[in-house]
Amino acid sequence: MSDTTAAVPTTGSNQMYVLHVNGVDHEIRDAWLGESLLYVLRERLGLMGSKGACEQGECGSCSVLVDDELVCGCLVLAASATGQRIVTIEGVAPVGAPSDVQQAFVDAGAVQCGFCTPGLIMATHALLDRSPEPTEYEIREELSGNVCRCTGYGRIIEAVQRVAVARRGGAA
Amino acid sequence: MSATTATTTTTTTTTTTGAPVTGRLGDSPVRPDGIAKVQGSFAFSGDLSADGSLWGATLRSPHPYARIVSIDLSGAWAINGVEAVVTAEDVPGKPTYGLIDQDQPVFASEYVRYVGEPVAAVAANHPETCRRALAAIRVEYEVLEPLTDPERAADGTFPPIHPNGNVFRHQRIVRGDTEATGEVVVESDYEIGMQDQAFLGLEAALAIPDPGGEGVELYVATQWLHEDRGQIAACLDLPAEKVRLTLGGVGGAFGAREDISLQVHTCLLALRTGRPVRIAYSREESFLGHVHRHPARIWMRHHATRDGKIVKIEARIVMDGGAYASTSSAVLINAVTHMQGPYKCENAVVDGWAVRTNHLPCGAMRGFGVVQACFAHEGQMDRLAAACGLDPVEIRLRNAMETGDRLITGQVIENVAPVRECILETAALPLPDEPVGGHDGDPMRLPGGAGLTADRSHIRRGIGWGVAIKNLMYSEGFDDFSTARVTLRDGVASLKFATAEVGQGFVTLAGQIARSVLGVDDVVLEPIDTTVGSAGSTSASRQTWMSGGAVDGACRLVREQLFAHVGAQHGVDPLRLAIDGRDVVDTMGDLCVPVAQATAGLVFEDTFEHHHRPTEELDENGQGNCHTAFAFVAHRAVVDVDPELGLVKVVQIATAQDVGRALNPLSVIGQIEGGIAQGVGLAVMEEIVQIDGRVRNANFTDYLLPTFLDMPDVVATLIEHPDPMAPLGAKGVGEPPCISSTPAVVAAIRDAIGKDLTRTPVRPSDIVF
Ligand code: FES
Ligand code: FES
Repeated sequence: MSDTTAAVPTTGSNQMYVLHVNGVDHEIRDAWLGESLLYVLRERLGLMGSKGACEQGECGSCSVLVDDELVCGCLVLAASATGQRIVTIEGVAPVGAPSDVQQAFVDAGAVQCGFCTPGLIMATHALLDRSPEPTEYEIREELSGNVCRCTGYGRIIEAVQRVAVARRGGAA
Repeated sequence: MSATTATTTTTTTTTTTGAPVTGRLGDSPVRPDGIAKVQGSFAFSGDLSADGSLWGATLRSPHPYARIVSIDLSGAWAINGVEAVVTAEDVPGKPTYGLIDQDQPVFASEYVRYVGEPVAAVAANHPETCRRALAAIRVEYEVLEPLTDPERAADGTFPPIHPNGNVFRHQRIVRGDTEATGEVVVESDYEIGMQDQAFLGLEAALAIPDPGGEGVELYVATQWLHEDRGQIAACLDLPAEKVRLTLGGVGGAFGAREDISLQVHTCLLALRTGRPVRIAYSREESFLGHVHRHPARIWMRHHATRDGKIVKIEARIVMDGGAYASTSSAVLINAVTHMQGPYKCENAVVDGWAVRTNHLPCGAMRGFGVVQACFAHEGQMDRLAAACGLDPVEIRLRNAMETGDRLITGQVIENVAPVRECILETAALPLPDEPVGGHDGDPMRLPGGAGLTADRSHIRRGIGWGVAIKNLMYSEGFDDFSTARVTLRDGVASLKFATAEVGQGFVTLAGQIARSVLGVDDVVLEPIDTTVGSAGSTSASRQTWMSGGAVDGACRLVREQLFAHVGAQHGVDPLRLAIDGRDVVDTMGDLCVPVAQATAGLVFEDTFEHHHRPTEELDENGQGNCHTAFAFVAHRAVVDVDPELGLVKVVQIATAQDVGRALNPLSVIGQIEGGIAQGVGLAVMEEIVQIDGRVRNANFTDYLLPTFLDMPDVVATLIEHPDPMAPLGAKGVGEPPCISSTPAVVAAIRDAIGKDLTRTPVRPSDIVF
């Protein structure tokens, strides 16, 4: 440890970077460049909806969209995401007006503790955008980067299927 | 406190005030916190912050067993942004804590006894500052030889590693004719690995000190607020009322939050700095920082008649409790008293030890000792079936326990005990119709998926069984209770309780109870905190029974007040009044007053404590009515195994579970599927590996959890016989799903490959070699 007497390093007093999150530009000032996107979203922007359960890319709780791509916020350095469109769970639908996927998760019993849920909502939207009528097996494969410890996944699969049916105009 | 006996008055007739009340008992209303959870606005413990809050972090022992020679904190203090550094010397009150025996140090002082034991803590302005401060603390250790073999703790050949000795508890059960023998004798050794609860919401807390440091407010994800408060207050040397706890949103628990972890550290740092402090564990720290499922070694021998009736069981169990006591002694009692399984058995000799080692401390995890017992007794049932030439279903039916039978503790099973029905209903569920590898030949359906080279023609399918008995609530004389307060005002019921909602859905159930008993639509849930009496722990499958009983009891008391009021107003004997939908009605006349109207401008309030019936301690022969109640379950597993690569795909789990009464069928299914996922995990992938006392896989890359792809289809039947002993007729449903699902999967693997697997989780090497 060479610099144990130093405080947390920052980008320098006059450095800052900009993150474009949920349609709004945020200036990030005096932040340590080692901070992950997940940390900055949560701790500097107060967007607590994205969760961290492993910070190792294994659980998907931190899933966000960066330029329409589903990524683990824990594995992205925040400063490297400047100039990209970032969408978090808070950007999916207005408070109190849940998306069809969000409502289906509630109705189907896909939520217990709910810690995995924001990440799964992000992943499910991304899946259904890509593949509107996924088979059960496709759902399992495509969502397998998101771990849920409570539900055993059965009700989550049910929720995803309900949305797919409803979107093609069938009875949910 | 009179026990509640009957279920609520419900009716199917249409009420006079519009659509029927929905969301009552037996319905499956959605969770009240559901929308917030799917939108990311639900505040979990780790999401909480306060103005000016600091971050806290914990320095942990790198050694399984060592003497602390010296600690030099100066390097940490020298770092800009560090506001506090604390060690054992700074703990103002009791230096140790624990649920049963308070033997676990808040911070190690003389000795460290496991890798990960807290030695010091810091508070600073940024998590990275904390990390650097911890790295700058110099601790000199004299490394000692660790105790890593639980047998040596049990047999007394290793010097004590703690002043209380190396044995947490020894319990023997002796019943009936100990010399009895059977024409058929089968025996084997079994081993169960250490499982982690692996809840997703990592340990996190926010402590806010009172001005002047006279008290502290703690927001924390826990299973039992009042127990935490007692332990924290003792360590901080504060009166209990000066420590106020509020439940921070809980991201799963499964037993791991029954013991305290970061609670005292967070409060201490807040009191030291006079500022709010947050601690949030990393995943690695979580593996080190909470208790786990006890690894166990079990030898078991069954004596039976030639036609498969059990004559006697013998067993020897050694459970590795790790460095500190936690609930080891209670886990042991569950294991030894459940050794017979859900089967009739008159004669038994069982010896069990829970011992101290330099491994991670073990305590509560879903199933609480019964998981280990079940793995052994179900392995034995299959051996017995083979020895008697019976199939696995027939051997279990021949021995199935019934109401009125006695346990090997002498306790009579008074609950509904539909063991036979659970087995038969499970057997009646359809087997998967898909052939090995799936209908469409999709290689993703093969064990290991498409990335591996499993040859379809080599894959073998197997079927296996597991059946379990599980005690509900607390045992051995503990006065277990839960408290609820209900306020009925202007047709709205407010419910106040300290019941920890950990994901299981008690918040949903509580509203269902109030709607059913009080005829209201609107239910408000007040904050879950310590400003009301204890609810006991969210564990032991107990909250539906205990806190459900408390909410039901309080609602009934309020309903009596309401009836007295309406009766007096209308000159009707209150005993004639009942709730029908949203109305108070005269069962012998025409009176019909909407509840909302009857309560307009008025407040009715009452509090109820639900206690379960008393239990007894076991005597030296393990005899006594130590348990409160029991639930039963059967599981059948279908697996595909690649014997060359040692990979397993669990294809289907079928189950029939004794639930008493399904108060919220959707929640029950959620508990069943979620519990089975954890049972499957213990069968084929989940194990904390410790080598020489060091944890080798404290992360989600190396500790494997079942994903969407690992989890099989679940087909379930709910066996509903309302239990007259249960306040709402409902038995707890949380634990049984994860108990016999594990042995069922392992039995299916044995069936597939014809190998004698006696250890769980089953590793690829166990299959191949
Ligand atoms: S926290 Fe990012 S994948 Fe787990
Ligand atoms: S609902 Fe708890 S982790 Fe998924």
